[in-house]
Amino acid sequence: MIIVKDLHKKFGNNEVLKGIDCHIEPQEVVCVIGPSGSGKSTFLRCLNMLETITSGDVVVDGKNLSDSETNINMVRTEIGMVFQQFNLFPHKNVIENIMLAPQKVRKISEKESRERGMKLLEKVGLSDKAEQFPSQLSGGQQQRVAIARALAMEPKMMLFDEPTSALDPELVGEVLEVMKQLALEGMTMVVVTHEMGFAKEVGDRVLFMDEGVIVEQGDPDQVFTNPQSDRTKEFLNKIL
Amino acid sequence: MEGRFDWVGVIDFLPQLGTGLYYTLLISVVGLIIGFILGGIFGFGRIAKNKVIYGLSSLYVEIIRGTPVLVQAIWIFFALPLITNYNMDSVMAGIIVIALNSGAYIAEIVRGSVQSIAKGQMEAGRSLGLSHGQAMRYIVWPQAFKRMIPPLGNQFIISIKDTSLLSVILVPELMFQGRLVASNYFNAVEIYTMVAVFYLAITLSLSFILRIVERRLDIK
Repeated sequence: MIIVKDLHKKFGNNEVLKGIDCHIEPQEVVCVIGPSGSGKSTFLRCLNMLETITSGDVVVDGKNLSDSETNINMVRTEIGMVFQQFNLFPHKNVIENIMLAPQKVRKISEKESRERGMKLLEKVGLSDKAEQFPSQLSGGQQQRVAIARALAMEPKMMLFDEPTSALDPELVGEVLEVMKQLALEGMTMVVVTHEMGFAKEVGDRVLFMDEGVIVEQGDPDQVFTNPQSDRTKEFLNKIL
Repeated sequence: MEGRFDWVGVIDFLPQLGTGLYYTLLISVVGLIIGFILGGIFGFGRIAKNKVIYGLSSLYVEIIRGTPVLVQAIWIFFALPLITNYNMDSVMAGIIVIALNSGAYIAEIVRGSVQSIAKGQMEAGRSLGLSHGQAMRYIVWPQAFKRMIPPLGNQFIISIKDTSLLSVILVPELMFQGRLVASNYFNAVEIYTMVAVFYLAITLSLSFILRIVERRLDIK
């Protein structure tokens, strides 16, 4: 579903991604771990072109993102994204946050997008918050709304950029629970995370990144219990 | 001092001052509406990635910001007609001066407000498939507009006061009318005090309206 070939990304002279190759299969849940500054967020942001690609190819659902004929806005409707800082629209209430893109991009009627939005709110356990504003919600609730907002476009895959890193510890669980549910339903997911428990339990595969390359990848149990690379061992020792 | 000043007699000159008030308001309102449109266009020009658009917008802002209003007024009314061979009505020239001048400052207000909205807002919009224009219109602009209100109010008040400088290009606005009356009837204290009170009345009313707008929009 996602094919990445020799992906390089430079910010000025600083090369953040130094040749990434990977395939992500439909319905696969891939967790990306690694120390900060290893390029994992940049890698994720290249998958929906929030960062321009310096060289290499990213092919999503058969469409090469660097091809000038690819309509990036259309591709993005197939890729939901959830951000570390939630990025809800503060001037719109919860249901309006969810309805905006279906209405403006998919041209779905107000009534239908509202119904769809309410269903999604139910799914993330927040149907009673539809008319509230983001500032009235806790971090965990905001992130669940952000997930619902992304799902409203009915994407084929979801990208999560450290979705629980900005949350108070007691709120992490509710967000992970929603993500787990999504994984069980067969959503293709790429999750940049520090939640090793989640990676182990829900992830089909773990990618360990360091200094702009994928150092090691494989089945979560294998990577966590029997890491092959010294860098992976060192990283896991520090955080586990 | 008692009886030296004829405050009651000022009433006789209210029609002249009223004419002045009319032109001051006319030029302020029309000039600021055009200035707001110019500010919107050139404010976005200052954010544009296109180098030509950015360059032209910056040139406009820097020229206007870097020269005094008084010089701009005199140049447009006395110098420009010599170049274009078109004699402009002084009120028209006054409106142009206020529009061009406020437009440059409003452009900077627009630019600053739009750039102050967190980058993540645009990214969240784009990640949902909205085009850059749609994300700007539905997500960034409504938030930026709220932030623009206080500095915009400030600029409106400055521009209203700047209209008094248009007296030198013979616009029959408040200051001009006041000078006319005072030089004919030698009642400078009474007339100029009245002129000051009129300006204060306009700007205080505007401040009051702005405070209501800010409260409505819940700007903290």
